[in-house]
Amino acid sequence: MHNDLLAVTSQMRAHIVEMLAVAGSGHPGGSLSATEIIASLYFKHMRIDPQDPDWPERDRFVLGKGHAAPALYAALAMRGFFPEEELLTLRKLGSRLQGHPCRTDTPGVDMSTGSLGQGLSVANGMALAGRLDGLDYWVWCVMGDGEIQEGQVWEAAMSAAHYGLDRVIAFVDHNGLQIDGTNDQVMGVEPIDAKFAAFGWHTQRIDGHDLDAIDAAIAAAKAERGRPSVIVCDTVKGRGVSFMENVVDWHGVAPDAAQAKDALAEISAAAPEGGRR
Amino acid sequence: MNSATREAYGAALAELGRTNPDVVALDADLAGSTKSATFGNAFPERFFDMGIAEADMIGTAAGLATCGKVPFASSFSVFATGRAFEQIRNSVCNANLNVKVVGSHAGPSCGADGSSHQAVEDIAIMRSLPRMTVVVPADDVEAYAATIALAEHQGPAYLRVARLASPTVHDEGYRFELGRADLLRDGGDVTIVACGMMVGRALEAAEALSAEGIEAQVLNMATVKPLDADTLEECARKTGRVVTVEEGSVVGGLGTACCEALSERFPVPVRRIGMPDCFGTSGEGNELLDYFGLNASHICEVARELCK
Repeated sequence: MHNDLLAVTSQMRAHIVEMLAVAGSGHPGGSLSATEIIASLYFKHMRIDPQDPDWPERDRFVLGKGHAAPALYAALAMRGFFPEEELLTLRKLGSRLQGHPCRTDTPGVDMSTGSLGQGLSVANGMALAGRLDGLDYWVWCVMGDGEIQEGQVWEAAMSAAHYGLDRVIAFVDHNGLQIDGTNDQVMGVEPIDAKFAAFGWHTQRIDGHDLDAIDAAIAAAKAERGRPSVIVCDTVKGRGVSFMENVVDWHGVAPDAAQAKDALAEISAAAPEGGRR
Repeated sequence: MNSATREAYGAALAELGRTNPDVVALDADLAGSTKSATFGNAFPERFFDMGIAEADMIGTAAGLATCGKVPFASSFSVFATGRAFEQIRNSVCNANLNVKVVGSHAGPSCGADGSSHQAVEDIAIMRSLPRMTVVVPADDVEAYAATIALAEHQGPAYLRVARLASPTVHDEGYRFELGRADLLRDGGDVTIVACGMMVGRALEAAEALSAEGIEAQVLNMATVKPLDADTLEECARKTGRVVTVEEGSVVGGLGTACCEALSERFPVPVRRIGMPDCFGTSGEGNELLDYFGLNASHICEVARELCK
């Protein structure tokens, strides 16, 4: 399974690069940094049925950092929510794949996001509904590190703890970069785990590209009772494409054809057997 | 009878609690004032006080709605629609979720709390949002019926209710229909279109005008969006003159909505009565309504002038 998941991450990265190159705009850096988190959820941990995207007992997923939509779309397509060919329609007029996730357009998208800071509140509402309905689904929320500069995140952090929402498991994709520079230059966010701990959350801090570490952290988060759980993931923005890694300019710029070719070659070379196209 | 629309909202919400297990309520530390506490006391497991955090309240309501719940999220209208505007825009309307935003203490009739607490812009900003339905009930009877109707309506909605008690203008048997204007009085000289507690003032004005020989129609436009443009046009064709009255800014509210519809369908002279692009101030509710000309005598004055 581990090797399969590695192959999945390679395939997702290839999709991300191709989608963005064809679209001509979008956000590669934060899509590539969140790839292992999203791959682990959609291919290993989430209870979902691609044939029944609205299954009431399914796990819910909210991509707070909606600009990482290419990573989510790649996972949804690879899981069969819609055809993989459709990925190349990203951001085009008439496509079901808007630049940011839209629940009314795309099968498998549980919540429309894109305006940063709103996702965690929505995840909390989903968890409250599950509690009222006696359902045991999990609600997963992936936020960006820049995103947690939004005050609403901390309102939601407070209410998740107040209501003891132990079915909410949040990730912070801490790649350290945002549009205007590093988090430290723009608006410091550390210590992220200590902040959540002070708000009453169970916290863990891991390497967000280590699939085993993600598994272990999810297991520990699920074992926690009575309070929500956050997994702060230290990641590399642009991970897997060397010329994008840790380069702030790759937050919101698509690769051109030549850059995409280089990126795909690098992703393919790093992929395990079975992950190559 | 003759109670505040917020009281009727609370009573209707509690009734919905009994009849619809999917209805849930959220508030932002104002449940006693918005009257959502009437529901909360009866159904504590379905009531969520979110603290003084309106953005989180709307987002949480949106999450509940994705799972089939019918959330009513209440606060003072300034905070519900203003502080959480972009959450309503993106997490509710753009996501097309079945969340009912309820703003109480709207307009200067909110009273002594002053301008910071008296929403004048809420109708305009809620009306500007795609997919949003906007309802401003005239009295307690209509507020009760509108609350029930909004729970049955699938989609985002904004319900505006008032702190101040006002006269009941509808019979108990009144049937509220979403999107349908309600002609309360007929006449051939001028049409007075009103919403909220201004409907009662408009009826008062029509009575006084009649004594002077001016016969005014009074059209209760409780659903400001979608506007019942057909009925409005019919009225305009009959009288040829329209006065609009609302307890909010003349910029973007009911008066603006009527002008938009009439200018495209059947242009007639229109006069808009409302807050003249200004904020409120402190005072007693009724005193403030008089101060800002939101009363029968000012409506008469404007209608009289228009009929000259």
